Amino acid sequence: MSTPILSAHNLVKHFNAGGFGAARKVVRAVDDVSFELAPGETLGVVGESGCGKSTTARLLVQLLRPDSGSVRYEGKVVGPELPLKAFRSKVQMVFQDSFASLNPRMTMIDAVAFGPTVHGMSQSDATRKAQDLLDRVGLDPSRFGGRYAHELSGGQRQRVNIARALAFDPQVIVLDEAVSALDKSVEAQVLNLLMDLRRERGLTYVFISHDLNVVRHISDRVMVMYLGEVAEIGPAESLYSAPRHPYTEALLAAMPSLDPDRRTMEAPLAGDPPNPIDPPPGCRFHTRCSRAFGPCSSQVPPSHTVGKSHVAACHLNSVKEQVA
Amino acid sequence: MTQETVHPVTPLVRVEDLSVRFAGTPPVHAVNNVSFELAPGEVLSILGESGSGKSVTLKTLLRLLPERKTTITGKVEVDGQDVLALEGRALADHRGGVASMIFQDPSLALDPVYTIGQQIAETVIRHEDISKSDAMARALEMLEVVRIPSAKRRLDNYPHEMSGGMRQRAMIALALACRPKLLLADEPTTALDATVQIQILLLLRDLQKELGMGVIFVTHDIGVAVEVSDRLAVMYAGSFVETGSVEDVIRDARHPYSKGLLAANLVGAVPGTRLDAVPGAPPPLNALPEGCSFAPRCAHAETACGISPLPIWTGGNGRWARCVHASRAGALAAAESTS
Ligand SMILES: Nc1ncnc2c1ncn2[C@@H]1O[C@H](COP(=O)(O)OP(=O)(O)OP(=O)(O)O)[C@@H](O)[C@H]1O
Ligand SMILES: Nc1ncnc2c1ncn2[C@@H]1O[C@H](COP(=O)(O)OP(=O)(O)O)[C@@H](O)[C@H]1O
Ligand code: SF4
Ligand code: SF4
Ligand SMILES: [Mg+2]
Ligand SMILES: [Mg+2]
Repeated sequence: MSTPILSAHNLVKHFNAGGFGAARKVVRAVDDVSFELAPGETLGVVGESGCGKSTTARLLVQLLRPDSGSVRYEGKVVGPELPLKAFRSKVQMVFQDSFASLNPRMTMIDAVAFGPTVHGMSQSDATRKAQDLLDRVGLDPSRFGGRYAHELSGGQRQRVNIARALAFDPQVIVLDEAVSALDKSVEAQVLNLLMDLRRERGLTYVFISHDLNVVRHISDRVMVMYLGEVAEIGPAESLYSAPRHPYTEALLAAMPSLDPDRRTMEAPLAGDPPNPIDPPPGCRFHTRCSRAFGPCSSQVPPSHTVGKSHVAACHLNSVKEQVA
Repeated sequence: MTQETVHPVTPLVRVEDLSVRFAGTPPVHAVNNVSFELAPGEVLSILGESGSGKSVTLKTLLRLLPERKTTITGKVEVDGQDVLALEGRALADHRGGVASMIFQDPSLALDPVYTIGQQIAETVIRHEDISKSDAMARALEMLEVVRIPSAKRRLDNYPHEMSGGMRQRAMIALALACRPKLLLADEPTTALDATVQIQILLLLRDLQKELGMGVIFVTHDIGVAVEVSDRLAVMYAGSFVETGSVEDVIRDARHPYSKGLLAANLVGAVPGTRLDAVPGAPPPLNALPEGCSFAPRCAHAETACGISPLPIWTGGNGRWARCVHASRAGALAAAESTS
């Protein structure tokens, strides 16, 4: 890979979950997560609820401070080597809740123009920029510019949030379930918009979603998380067609089939995702893995390179390596 | 109406020309002239986006809508009973006895201050002449039916002591405790992880077969509908726009909105390419639509689309689509095949 535009190095974030002293409990929300983003690529992030996707996203954009580990932008450690303010204009985030992200007392033009003025642009230039951006995301500024958040539909609000992120002229946008709350027909419009913007501006995306179909459609590479760790990361095509981690396999098998002749016959996993407080020893997935064997319950599986920029943390791959 | 479906047996549900309007300024025309039938033991999915009237349709079948602000017209029959005329004891027997409902949010069905066992037993006692201990035994049986592990211990759990998937199972147990003939499912898996969703869908599919219930399953997710149903009805802005067997609608949708939904669900999409997205958003429901509500978003719209009643295309096997374009395309195809 050429110099990554953005990279995560051994990120760790634990949250307090009550208790004191020896009884103190911690949620291991993100536990030693590393990955790299090449300029212009889209990395999809999937995994069950609570596996640490949003926490990873918030660490990545510096909304949260990691317990340890670092984020680098174009090779520079954010903080010591690259000031936060400069980083913020390069890396933006869009959230699922389109409403909560917008100030209810600001018109849409002002909401989009706000960022650039904070970064020193004149009010009139910022307003002009905001008009252009609203237009670009498909909202006629003369119709929508003067409206408030509650006067827009969810899809329209999400377009404003995208325009707001674009107003910083970012290189990277982290999208945390940004289309998940939208109706399917509107979601398709916003996905088209994101794909168009990516092409026009050479944007790099981190695209978090629980919808594996959508992730497959938009991503170049995909990262699968389980209980705060990276289970597998690799090119979308090979990861979907030939997953190298049983958890990835299970996630894919849980997708509804969309083919009435090939309905799902068996649930790939039983029970709910376990709690990230006190994760199981060894491979964290071993309590649900149908292929667990000898080392799984005691030894943490190392990251095996299983293909070009394709890594999976599962002992089965070391068996394969020995056989090969 | 040309919307008859070929059911040799007496239908379990018969809805005819149902309209539901909520008073207010402006008023909401939530359901407009909906007709359909459900055979005993059949599973129908109503597929539509948010606000299309799916939940209101289901709630009408249980008479759960606020009486004072709601105007319901048309006919609703469940198991031979005129649901809109039910009152008092008969209505109570209908709700939870003949028909019952499960929801996306289990807190709508489960009371936080009673244990799961108490709630199921209480429901059974309300509908059947049965002792307390027999009712508790039934509660245990139901938790086993929905495959809750260590069911006996779980009887004494409060809802908040269970995980999301487990609460959903408990709600299903409660809904099925009186062996209803009709189960109404309002997006019961929408809030769940895919790995848990598929467990619940398979459970519902098994229970439907075991108990031979009719099921109306409401969802915005085509994948979910395909997993559970025999037939599909596509709903848009308060109207059914197309129905047919799951196979027919998925493989050969005729209504432009159904086609748009399939494209938006990435059916047959090549990764990375633009999607064939329907522009715009659903209309407000403040006025009764004249002609086709989908016209402002439809690439095939023409003058005839603004005139009610719209022509209805019918195919074999009880399928139809209410659409000018589909009717004309259907007529052309028929003329070609006979010439
Ligand atoms: N501020 C916080 N305090 C305590 N625990 C937290 C906090 N933020 C997140 N967590 C916990 O950390 C874990 C990971 O949360 P995170 O929000 O990253 O999950 P996620 O993968 O985004 O899940 P979802 O798919 O539900 O959005 C969860 O167990 C969550 O409850
Ligand atoms: N009790 C009510 N009072 C007024 N309007 C309602 C009520 N319930 C639903 N509606 C409106 O009826 C329309 C259809 O709603 P609903 O059936 O809940 O849609 P969905 O298809 O998402 O389930 C929406 O416009 C909704 O706002
Ligand atoms: S390491 Fe073992 S338990 Fe973990 S996924 Fe691989 S086979 Fe399963
Ligand atoms: S009736 Fe007309 S506007 Fe409506 S879906 Fe058919 S072609 Fe389009
Ligand atoms: Mg999240
Ligand atoms: Mg609803």
